[in-house]
Amino acid sequence: MKNLYLIAYLDLKESIRAKWFLVYSLVFGGLIALFFIAGVTESQVMGFSGLSRLLLMYIQITIVILPIFILITTVRSISGDRENHILEYMLSFPISLRDYYWGKIIGRFITVYLPVLFAMLIAIIYGFFKGADIPWNIFFLYTGLLFSLSSTFLGIAFFISSFVKSSEIALGIAFFIWIFLLAFIDIALISLMMQQRFNEELIIFIAMINPMELFRVAAISLFDPELTVMGPVAFYILDSMSQSVFVLLSIAYPLLVGLIFALLGFKIFEKKDLV
Amino acid sequence: MIKVSQLTKKFGSHISLDNVSCTFEKNESIALMGANGAGKTTLIRSILGYYHPNSGEVLVNGLNPVKQRTQVLQNISFVPQLPPPIKLSLEELMQYISISAQVDTQLIMHYADEMKLDIKANIHKSFFKLSGGMKQKMLIAISLAKKSTIIIYDEPTANLDPKARDDFYRLLKQNEDEKVLLFVTHRLEEVKELVNRQIYMDLGKVVSDEKV
Ligand SMILES: Nc1ncnc2c1ncn2[C@@H]1O[C@H](COP(=O)(O)OP(=O)(O)O)[C@@H](O)[C@H]1O
Ligand SMILES: [Mg+2]
Repeated sequence: MKNLYLIAYLDLKESIRAKWFLVYSLVFGGLIALFFIAGVTESQVMGFSGLSRLLLMYIQITIVILPIFILITTVRSISGDRENHILEYMLSFPISLRDYYWGKIIGRFITVYLPVLFAMLIAIIYGFFKGADIPWNIFFLYTGLLFSLSSTFLGIAFFISSFVKSSEIALGIAFFIWIFLLAFIDIALISLMMQQRFNEELIIFIAMINPMELFRVAAISLFDPELTVMGPVAFYILDSMSQSVFVLLSIAYPLLVGLIFALLGFKIFEKKDLV
Repeated sequence: MIKVSQLTKKFGSHISLDNVSCTFEKNESIALMGANGAGKTTLIRSILGYYHPNSGEVLVNGLNPVKQRTQVLQNISFVPQLPPPIKLSLEELMQYISISAQVDTQLIMHYADEMKLDIKANIHKSFFKLSGGMKQKMLIAISLAKKSTIIIYDEPTANLDPKARDDFYRLLKQNEDEKVLLFVTHRLEEVKELVNRQIYMDLGKVVSDEKV
């Protein structure tokens, strides 16, 4: 256990010093700041007001940029260390592969999650001093959603990192996965739907397997408990489960996906030559 | 202490170790030599448990270095061919080593002193920002401070000036008792005093192995 914490702690320290982390924090912090400057909290758009509106905008941008940020900053963690012979030295000490791998994941998780969380906290605190109503339910939902979204992409990143030969390829795969989940699946499914070859339920099911899509839907579900924006899709979803079960599922499922990928990555890491 | 039996390691179709067998016992200091690409590094990494052999096995004190890596590595000090670009500061690197391998930080400082490396002045510097020679000195200091029965050096003197090399060989001489010292080198004349066995490798095989 002490080695696990040691690896996590040192990885965290190292990441926080890195330039990418500075950029990363500035982006998310800056996003919130920008919203305030633009007066999002004061406006009345689409019926939501104040902080809720801000959080919704924040989460919608975050869902696009957080995955790619996590992917490109962590996808090289194991493969990069292997490539430049850091693993060869660091693993010559009596540390189990289990401690090394999971320690790295924990360290990275804290690094990528905290700035996103802090940005939201800043919004809440700022809103509090401005006397705004704090939408706690939205805040907690988003905290949970971001937690599980981070874990999905961290898991995928470590999975890729465990088997690729070079960092360049790792980056390429990461980018592809991001685009694929963000847009390709939707486009493909929409075209299938228009051709009316498959039944809608199947298509919706496929769409919801995509953690990013599930996340999107869950993010607006508090504003729109009937999920009317989704049109007929909502009918299928809410027909099969209640809204709160849906919210729980939208947090649990991406978390599970992340864990499974991380675990697969670990199995590969163990089975493959280390250097 | 180390028993390599009919070890074969391939990368794709390239055979890096071809049915290699050898044993290394206590109080042996071995110079491992051979042209570039002969398989020296591959042999060393197999002993450290980094590679899954295609056939054959390695046993270190009767243990499998892949399956029982933590127990095996407890007893091994290792300095690689090239110092890697570790981003940790010297302080953090020493923390990593002292916690994971129970190495006394004071002792690292002591050996660094002997190698004329001022750790204190560089303690918050990233390891990779040190000069090539300083990195090598740091890794050597760590390898000496770690109380191991097996010491493995993969061409450790490449970046060292002549003075530092002398310091290194002097310290090693004081430390080789009751140990296995495995030394990859291209300069036999430098380590002649130190070693009592010479192994030559070529094309993945041991081509000569003599005690001197
Ligand atoms: N990870 C690897 N992938 C592919 N080929 C490798 C790998 N490691 C070593 N080799 C090949 O194995 C041979 C032996 O390499 P090595 O053990 O590093 O030689 P030496 O240390 O004696 O110079 C070389 O031909 C090298 O190209
Ligand atoms: Mg070599």
